[in-house]
Amino acid sequence: MASKVATNVEIGWRRPEWLSLWPLSPIAVFLTVLFVYPVGQLLWLSVVDRQGHLTGLHYVRLFTTGTYVKVLGITFEIALWTTLIAVLAGYPLAYLLATVSDRTRNHLMLWVLMPFWTSFLVRTFAWLVLLGRKGAINDWLITTGLAEGPLPLIYNRAGVLIGMSHALMPIAILTMLAVMRGIDQSLSGAASTLGARGGQSFWRVYFPLSMPGMAAGALLVFVLSLGFFITPALLGSGRELLIAQVIITQIEELMNWGFAGAVSVLLLGATLAVFFLYDQLFGRSTLTGVQVASKPGPARPGMIGRLGALVASRLIALMGWICDRVGEALDWIRPIRPDRPRATMSRGVLWTVATVTLVYLATPSFFVIPVSFSEAPYIQWPPVGFTLANYGLFLTNPVYVGAMIRSLVVGLSSAALAMLLGVPAAFVLTRQRVPGKSLILGAILAPMILPHIIIAIALFFLYAQLGLVGTTLGLILGHTCISVPFVVVTVMAVLKNYDERLDQAAWSLGANKWRTLRHVTFPLILPGLIAAFLFAFVISLDELSIALFISGGAAPTLPKQMWVDSMLRVSPMVTAVSTVVLLFVTSLILIAEFTRRRVEKASGR
Amino acid sequence: MTEPTHKLQIRRLRKTYGSVVALAGADLEMKEGEFVTLLGPSGSGKTTMLLLIAGLIQPDAGEIWIDGRQSTYMPPHKRDLGVVFQNYALFPHMTLYENIAFPLRMRRLPESKIREEVQRVLATVKLSGVEDRLPSQLSGGQQQRIALARCLVYQPPIILMDEPLGALDKKLRQQLQLEIRQLHQRLGITVLYVTHDQEEALAMSDRIYLMNEGEIEQIGTPGDLYFRPRTVFAADFLGESNLLDAIVTAASDGLVELEGPDRMPVKATMAQAIEPGQKVKFLVRPENLRVLAAGEQADNQLTARLRDVILLGQVTKYYARLANGTDVAAAQLTRPGQAILEPGDEVRLGFDRESTVGLPLPEPARRG
Repeated sequence: MASKVATNVEIGWRRPEWLSLWPLSPIAVFLTVLFVYPVGQLLWLSVVDRQGHLTGLHYVRLFTTGTYVKVLGITFEIALWTTLIAVLAGYPLAYLLATVSDRTRNHLMLWVLMPFWTSFLVRTFAWLVLLGRKGAINDWLITTGLAEGPLPLIYNRAGVLIGMSHALMPIAILTMLAVMRGIDQSLSGAASTLGARGGQSFWRVYFPLSMPGMAAGALLVFVLSLGFFITPALLGSGRELLIAQVIITQIEELMNWGFAGAVSVLLLGATLAVFFLYDQLFGRSTLTGVQVASKPGPARPGMIGRLGALVASRLIALMGWICDRVGEALDWIRPIRPDRPRATMSRGVLWTVATVTLVYLATPSFFVIPVSFSEAPYIQWPPVGFTLANYGLFLTNPVYVGAMIRSLVVGLSSAALAMLLGVPAAFVLTRQRVPGKSLILGAILAPMILPHIIIAIALFFLYAQLGLVGTTLGLILGHTCISVPFVVVTVMAVLKNYDERLDQAAWSLGANKWRTLRHVTFPLILPGLIAAFLFAFVISLDELSIALFISGGAAPTLPKQMWVDSMLRVSPMVTAVSTVVLLFVTSLILIAEFTRRRVEKASGR
Repeated sequence: MTEPTHKLQIRRLRKTYGSVVALAGADLEMKEGEFVTLLGPSGSGKTTMLLLIAGLIQPDAGEIWIDGRQSTYMPPHKRDLGVVFQNYALFPHMTLYENIAFPLRMRRLPESKIREEVQRVLATVKLSGVEDRLPSQLSGGQQQRIALARCLVYQPPIILMDEPLGALDKKLRQQLQLEIRQLHQRLGITVLYVTHDQEEALAMSDRIYLMNEGEIEQIGTPGDLYFRPRTVFAADFLGESNLLDAIVTAASDGLVELEGPDRMPVKATMAQAIEPGQKVKFLVRPENLRVLAAGEQADNQLTARLRDVILLGQVTKYYARLANGTDVAAAQLTRPGQAILEPGDEVRLGFDRESTVGLPLPEPARRG
């Protein structure tokens, strides 16, 4: 009896809840020091002068100087067009992916994921190969006689939009797909039995349900567009000067921190404004993928929300009506024969459109491969002869080899660090009740959504004080800062699909927490962890904004070196470097994808 | 070929998915106002049949006539049928008013008429006053009623229901069974109902189509299926059953004499023609198997050793084993002062010829 009382007392002691949250502390400390503090400092710099007195001078200059106002206008305009193209062209493909069988989707997804993870720089160079005066498309147009001379496809607005929408469309597609896959497929069937034609059923039922995905995709693409500088710099005419380029010039050439800070605040403000608008219209949950306790009541409370809903419902009714009339006209031309099998045309149209988009997404990168073996002294199509000279130049250039090694070291180290910080946080965030969860998650995800250029100059300023500029450690910490949100999101997604009862079973069978983790949990989520690691690695490998400022002149990463060289002249050697990067990253993605599938198949899912 | 006069007529309807035969040439007929149930285990083809009738999938062969109109390949939105889906398929982004108004909007009714009809049908399903709510704000049973209302509102000639009560708990299910049945009788609607729940099928249907492996196993009223099953599958699927092996010793005019387990003579009824010497099974339901008192006689008798006696409330169940090792179950109404029997006792079990049904053995591997 006495012993029984004793055990009761023993298990009666409950650890206070905050103690179980300790795995969140490393990531919290890390992001406070390397993200919140430096970005805050940068914002502070924008409102003080050199003597430390408060001043609005930088902002006055920003809004009264014609050039900057114009740049802002162009930035928003290009971001808007990019968003429109990415979402509208991506929608049919996302819709197709959401409505095919799992097998087909897995096959097609690879073609969306590959460009998603292919280096921005490589993709931009690929567009040079395709769209240049002597590029593949002009070559084809002239040989087929469709054009008499080369068309100006590049170094103008069109080139920038093609490049940027290509770079960002996969994000739009993946975001839309996530929402579309949650839409009950039987709803379309229900609509048709209730008397709706295909068009009506799509516009009145499917489209409104997919709207949050469209909006989230548009939001991400728009915000990321605002911080773009690679594509406009390489594919634009010089008139397509975006705000991020202004920040770079202010820092690199003028060392004007305060003004750069003011521009950053503007960028930040625009980003936050877009998020606010989104939140008003759709709520946050669709963006983070985390359902924040759905509260009953009217779906869209805000004023803007109600206005948006009204406009949307009118638009939907109109589209449905148009589709109905078209359908009726088609029925009139070719009456329905209820005794003959009917061929559905719409599916074929969808496949065609989606295939075109898929080709647009997946193929351009591969054009750099043949060009890298060309003997021509500049980038041109078709390739001339066969030579390994470009590879020779690349591999004998000590600066490039050094940069390549540095990129690998930084990539592996930052990915490892991101895992150390991110995995425990993901465990706590999925498995425990955390007060203020959506806020914490928002803070962790902020570096993913904030224009990287802001983080880059903020870190630059911090590192300058600490003497970390130009060091490998500085690069590792900087890259970890932007890859850790990806790790957290990926691992959280894996854990969400993990059946926690397996852990409970292990405990009930006598395993302690550590052995359960080691023998049950980790083996099962390993493919997800590998994928998270590879994603973090690839992000670092491709990262340019932070490397641009922090690596200094002496110790560049590979993207930085490629960028610096191409600002002077795009030499054919970059096609060789691009080919190496492309094949390396592609094989990594394929490995990650196939391990995932093998494990899924083995576990019978 | 004459035009069919039924509300729904299906001829030789066939659907395959690759090498899997989902429906192997089925026939079905329904009269106006009839409540017909497709009953069968999962994978028996009942949902396939429903989807084919709704036009959501296209058949490989066969014909569908709805209300006397050739409809085999008619697109679903032109069939004018009502379908209540398993998960209700209410549009989550629309209020209940908009959900119910949807079919009327598709039919381009004026707004005033729509409002009137929605109010009428909400009153019919006893859910007035919920117009402005979203589907997610209703309980499962209420969502089910709204799904039904969304069909009733445009008065389709036939309402198809695909396991509509599958997601509800038992008590609510029974209540809604009753409500659907009453609506059917009151409004005179024609219902084709799909379920795997035999009790539900027995409780609600005018006629049942029992399905198995893509084919129709037996058609009949609940009584037909329960008391006069034609196959071992039908006997086994509906209700509880004792199915025992036997050999035919004599057969004439629907009556057979069998040699049952332990060489016991058994008299049974049998619908199919059969020759002496053939192997068969015979069915006797537990409630028709009674423990005989000393000296009491019955048409058929088996001797068994009692293994367990369980008092379930209304009935008491007796589990016993025959000398050849076959287990049988008997069920009797519980009465105060009933004979006290203990496991291990030897008992005689009696049953009448009318409640004993001879069944042909299932052909091995009927389908590839």
